[in-house]
Amino acid sequence: MNERDDASGHQKAQALVEIKGVNKHFGDFQALTDINVSIPRGQVVIVVGPSGSGKSTLCRTINRLETIDDGGTITIDGTALPEEGKALAKLRAEVGMVFQSFNLFAHKTILENVTLGPIRVKGVSKKDAEEQAMKLLDRVGVAHQAKKMPAQLSGGQQQRVAIARALAMKPKIMLFDEPTSALDPEMVQEVLDVMTDLAKEGMTMVVVTHEMGFARKAGDRLLFMADGKILEDTTPDQFFTEPETSRAKDFLSKILSH
Amino acid sequence: MGELLSQYDVLGAFWMNIKLTVLAAVGSFVIGLVLALCRISPIGSLQKFGAAYVNIVRNTPLTIIMVIGVLGVWSQLQVQLSSDFDFNFFLYAVACLSLYHASFVCEAIRSGVNTVPLGQAEAARAIGLPFMDAARLVILPQALRGAVTPLGNTLIALTKNSTVAAAASVAEVSGMMKTMMEFRPDVMVFIFCIVALGFCLIVIPIGICTTWLSDRLAVAR
Repeated sequence: MNERDDASGHQKAQALVEIKGVNKHFGDFQALTDINVSIPRGQVVIVVGPSGSGKSTLCRTINRLETIDDGGTITIDGTALPEEGKALAKLRAEVGMVFQSFNLFAHKTILENVTLGPIRVKGVSKKDAEEQAMKLLDRVGVAHQAKKMPAQLSGGQQQRVAIARALAMKPKIMLFDEPTSALDPEMVQEVLDVMTDLAKEGMTMVVVTHEMGFARKAGDRLLFMADGKILEDTTPDQFFTEPETSRAKDFLSKILSH
Repeated sequence: MGELLSQYDVLGAFWMNIKLTVLAAVGSFVIGLVLALCRISPIGSLQKFGAAYVNIVRNTPLTIIMVIGVLGVWSQLQVQLSSDFDFNFFLYAVACLSLYHASFVCEAIRSGVNTVPLGQAEAARAIGLPFMDAARLVILPQALRGAVTPLGNTLIALTKNSTVAAAASVAEVSGMMKTMMEFRPDVMVFIFCIVALGFCLIVIPIGICTTWLSDRLAVAR
């Protein structure tokens, strides 16, 4: 794995996320099997794989929206993920998450969606939080919609607001769980553009996605998962041009054939 | 009719039902909200307490709860809620109505919680809100909007159930109706109609308000 880290040019950075020996069961079904990943600061990690391969589950374990089986550990910036409670809430505030279905707070305006976390969790004053939120909304191109309710926005706009909401917490890492899968095709690009900008600015990102163009353009590293295991840990270019495993070749032939 | 109304304080009796209803509505809402929080909390013992309360209290007839309150807690255990004799019974009636309807309020709120997609709670947790903040700021505001109709139904049931306070010797309208029918059997049907009409006049606006509010407050998704 070290070699591959070299390939992505982050070999000297201290690992921001350290996933060691992680297993996860849903009842009898094993969703994750012995996952070991170390993510250096600033790296953009793309996670791909067939549906049911465990990629979303892996993404969600990083801020403990999914618990993991006993024995495994996940540390973020040197701190092990705590049990449910205040400490976990604090740590979650440092991990931004963007969901497939946006999950904007449906009863709050766009602006309130972005300011809720900073005001309630970080104790930022309302005025400062709104100022910062407007900057973020401007950055993702929806500042003029600030007073509207989420349902009044298009899917692409909602997802960009969701990114702004996560960024408002000044996270150390951003998790994207299939951020464009629920979008109409014409709205995918506007969200990917925002994500590409974030990647360029050096944000550490874990992106579960089916957007292979984005993976090649913005990704530093690519994890290919199947049946709850990481089968390939490589660079996007390497993966698309010379996949090693037959599962990966099979997967690529299915998604690239048309 | 004028003669009947001058003989018996029908409006005063209705006013008593309204007082019982309003106070018990507030009481049952507060208790029901706490119960609902228990039932949706991540803590197992609280969930069990909430479920046990709802299942026991909801399935006990209100008359029996009222009798347990007055004959058991007041008469036997001598628990005085007020030194004033009548007001003591009034408070017992409010307490019993509140405790009983709290179980229905709890379930109404819980049905509202089920209208809130799981993703809302996940998003709240993901930005670092602890359970109580996530519940207070994100889940409950949406859940209550989704629970307006079942809450309105509970309020309507409570309004009519306030007549059971007669079991706690509170001078409310059904007790008065009984007395009136005893002494004026000649106008029995008329007396019955007055009481029935009175309740319609109180309850129908609640139903209209409920429908209006549930449309107005609905969360667009």
